[in-house]
Amino acid sequence: MGGRGVRIGVTLFPGSNCDRDALYAVERMGAEPVELWHADADLKGSDAVIVPGGFSYGDYLRPGAIARFANVMAPLEEFARSGGPVLGVCNGFQVLAEAHLLPGALLRNTGMRFVCKRVRVRVETTRTPWTSGCETGEELVLPVAHNEGNYFADPATFEQLEGEDRVVLRYLENPNGSANDIAGVCNEGRNVVGIMPHPERVSDPALGSEEGLRILRSVLAGAKV
Amino acid sequence: MSLQETYTSLGLSDFEYDRILELLGRAPNHLELSLFSVMWSEHCGYKNSRPLLKRFPNSGARVVQGPGENAGVVEVGEGWALAFKVESHNHPSAVEPYEGAATGVGGIVRDILAMGARPVALLDSLRFGPLGEEKNAYLFREVVRGIGGYGNAVGVPTVGGEVEFAPAYSSNPLVNAMCVGLIRTDDLVRSRATGVGNLVVLLGSKTGRDGIHGATFASDELTDESESKRSNVQVGDPFAEKMLIECCLRLHEEDLLVSLQDLGAAGITSSASEMAAKGGVGIEIDAQKVPLRESGLEPYEVVISESQERMLAVVEPDQAERVLKLAERYGLVGAVIGQVTDHGELRVKDGGEIVGSVPVEHLADAPICDREVLRPSYLDAVQRLDLAEIPRPDDYNEVLLEILSHPNLCSRRSIFEQYDHEVGADTVVAPGADAAVMRIKSTNLGFAVTTDGRGRHCYLDPRGGGGATVAEAYRNLSCVGAEPVAITNCLNFGSPEKPEGYYQLSECIEGMAAACEALGTPVVSGNVSLYNETESGAVYPTPVVGMVGVLKDVGHYATPAYKREGDMVVVIGSGSRASLAGSDYLEVVHGRVAGRPPTPDLAAEKKVADLVREVIRSGLVDTAHDVSSGGVAVALAEMALTGGIGFEYSETELEMIGAEHALQTLFGERGASFLVAVPQERWDDLQNALSNVPYDEVGRTGGDRFRIGSLVGVSLQDLREAYERDLFGLPGGAEVTH
Repeated sequence: MGGRGVRIGVTLFPGSNCDRDALYAVERMGAEPVELWHADADLKGSDAVIVPGGFSYGDYLRPGAIARFANVMAPLEEFARSGGPVLGVCNGFQVLAEAHLLPGALLRNTGMRFVCKRVRVRVETTRTPWTSGCETGEELVLPVAHNEGNYFADPATFEQLEGEDRVVLRYLENPNGSANDIAGVCNEGRNVVGIMPHPERVSDPALGSEEGLRILRSVLAGAKV
Repeated sequence: MSLQETYTSLGLSDFEYDRILELLGRAPNHLELSLFSVMWSEHCGYKNSRPLLKRFPNSGARVVQGPGENAGVVEVGEGWALAFKVESHNHPSAVEPYEGAATGVGGIVRDILAMGARPVALLDSLRFGPLGEEKNAYLFREVVRGIGGYGNAVGVPTVGGEVEFAPAYSSNPLVNAMCVGLIRTDDLVRSRATGVGNLVVLLGSKTGRDGIHGATFASDELTDESESKRSNVQVGDPFAEKMLIECCLRLHEEDLLVSLQDLGAAGITSSASEMAAKGGVGIEIDAQKVPLRESGLEPYEVVISESQERMLAVVEPDQAERVLKLAERYGLVGAVIGQVTDHGELRVKDGGEIVGSVPVEHLADAPICDREVLRPSYLDAVQRLDLAEIPRPDDYNEVLLEILSHPNLCSRRSIFEQYDHEVGADTVVAPGADAAVMRIKSTNLGFAVTTDGRGRHCYLDPRGGGGATVAEAYRNLSCVGAEPVAITNCLNFGSPEKPEGYYQLSECIEGMAAACEALGTPVVSGNVSLYNETESGAVYPTPVVGMVGVLKDVGHYATPAYKREGDMVVVIGSGSRASLAGSDYLEVVHGRVAGRPPTPDLAAEKKVADLVREVIRSGLVDTAHDVSSGGVAVALAEMALTGGIGFEYSETELEMIGAEHALQTLFGERGASFLVAVPQERWDDLQNALSNVPYDEVGRTGGDRFRIGSLVGVSLQDLREAYERDLFGLPGGAEVTH
């Protein structure tokens, strides 16, 4: 899997706090990490972009609600609509949903508490740039850490997502009450993926698991170099 | 208000006011009086505890910075160092638990940041009254939410801590937060202001009226009136703090700082006078230049406001523009509010007019209070215990399940799952083990950290409990495989003005100091929280110890969880004989807090713990746990539960103990004792390694039941149902207001 020279951008919003972990994981992937500052409308030639977790702008209004208006979002939306691979993780998923790059919304966990634990998930489709290196039905153990991860959409959207093979990850133990146990979805073009679990936190054997690289490294195979 | 009423309401005694008159040679104005009030409070001035704190050893081979700075610093190796400190936020949390706990986390993070270190780990030691009382359950729930609400957003993992419940903490919770930061030894920042003409820059949030006289508030007993002081509690903004962290680290990276200090208790006053006193200079602050959140603040309010998420920096004049520009980049308010001078005074101006000026050496020199010491009369009564009158249990299964489900001993999962303990991608051993283990990226090095407190033990025997607290932390680090290096402590006690309370304080310190010396773990930072008492009495004397240790190879660590079927389980170190005196068994099963727990045998503690660490380091052992609260039975059950593998106690071992001693052996408590599990093929190697200490094989892992001869036979499932309790009631049951 050749990753050298592949530039993977990581957006930095004020309040992002998994940005450094994502940049580190990109290095573990064997690709080149690129910092994308929120105030600069420039993707700096990224071949793929990760929108990392955290509490962008404090999440005081609604997770992701302010971040979608940051300068960096215009070129990111352009990139996404033209088929560039984009992965939103946790708060990144919330940002992409707020920006309407992904359908649905992330509601408060039904337990009404922040939940940080490792959960088992199943890869439901390999037809995205972020799961193409996995097997369909493959089980992964990934960390979650969020207060609003309870995926919700209208019935028509659920029908579409399920019918079009656009549920990317499904919880085998649902930590937040997500409808249909959905842990991740993709857009119609399949290039934009949002997931609540944090693959960047399990991308190093020193931390006991590299299962996150199964997801992250998928993008290297299909990236435009 | 008469003059006396004024200074009394500010927390100053007649003696202290006379001392101020003597030092200044004139009467202070209201602003100056306020400066003395906050700087001479126990919280800032340690006027009660300072003579006792001298007893602690402060030096060691790895100590880079001892007490006196914002945090202590120890060397890890390969140029890396750890800055760490624990601090209390008890009083604010009693009045407004969510914000009190949240700002406690924020404050300790800034202490670490002030050293130039990146905060990388948080821990919290908490105490509440029994959860059966609604007020206590409310305080507990909101404090945990506050810690999570702040810590999760600020992006520093909460990797450990501890909590206990006892009537002595009803309405007077203890909330101690510890932070550890990582820094290159060469890059340490100090808080000493230097260079006459250098500029003083305030960074972070705007200043409001919050927390005026918070430090004075924290140095008084809690009464019904405390409720009316609610506005004294500050409100936290973790988003601003996150930006402050990134901004200060960037300023430091670009070498733009002469010195740096966080703003905590007593705000600009405290920070500026400490910076000036350390540098032997003066500082002038213009209150009009401080960016305000609201209008109408008096100059004295501006300089003692405890608005959160602010730092004070001293910078060279030609760097100021770059500093302010970077603050703007991070969305922070930055303003030049004063300068370093040679007059040795903290001078507050309101525009051109001087509104107060006091020599900083006087502010930094709170008069010591001579306190009376008297051995409390309760000690004789509570230490008296005739174990013969304690009935034997009819059903050991019930006893084990009752103890494992007690809030003091059950799983902490329902707490730590509310904390992000993995952000930063450095957490090697997550909460649920004896200590957290963190790696240091781009090296093989790691560090371990734990916080421990033994309030009941200190209540029953202050000196023995003080020593046992340090020993407990030493064991916890050793059994993950770390070499303990140094401690920070937070001394939570009742009023020092009561001779019995002062006795507890001085005895606990004596016990702790002796243990620190014997174990080679000096005290490098700390905090004192006195006046933890309500109308119904004082809290248990509760010194909390935060200890850090080093792993040379972070790949070689141990956890309590059983890892394989058929492992031999071995108890190492007899230490002092296990005793039911002062044990959890007595409290949980018989409702008695009585007896004098075994006095810590510090030499044995060190010998046994050092040996256990060696067998982990060498790769021989990957499963270890210390014997602590609840005794051997509880430790064995915890290992089975976390590993998901059953256990069977050895029949021959049980016969040797005999029915008569079974209760004491299984549920008695003692120090200097560990459990490890190894596969059969490593048994010979382990025996060779243990040649100098007592040990016994007590059983084998395997199956899905937990069995101790004919006494205990429970399925792991039943054990788990008792142990994995949700301490917050049913999911969704807790109402949410934030």
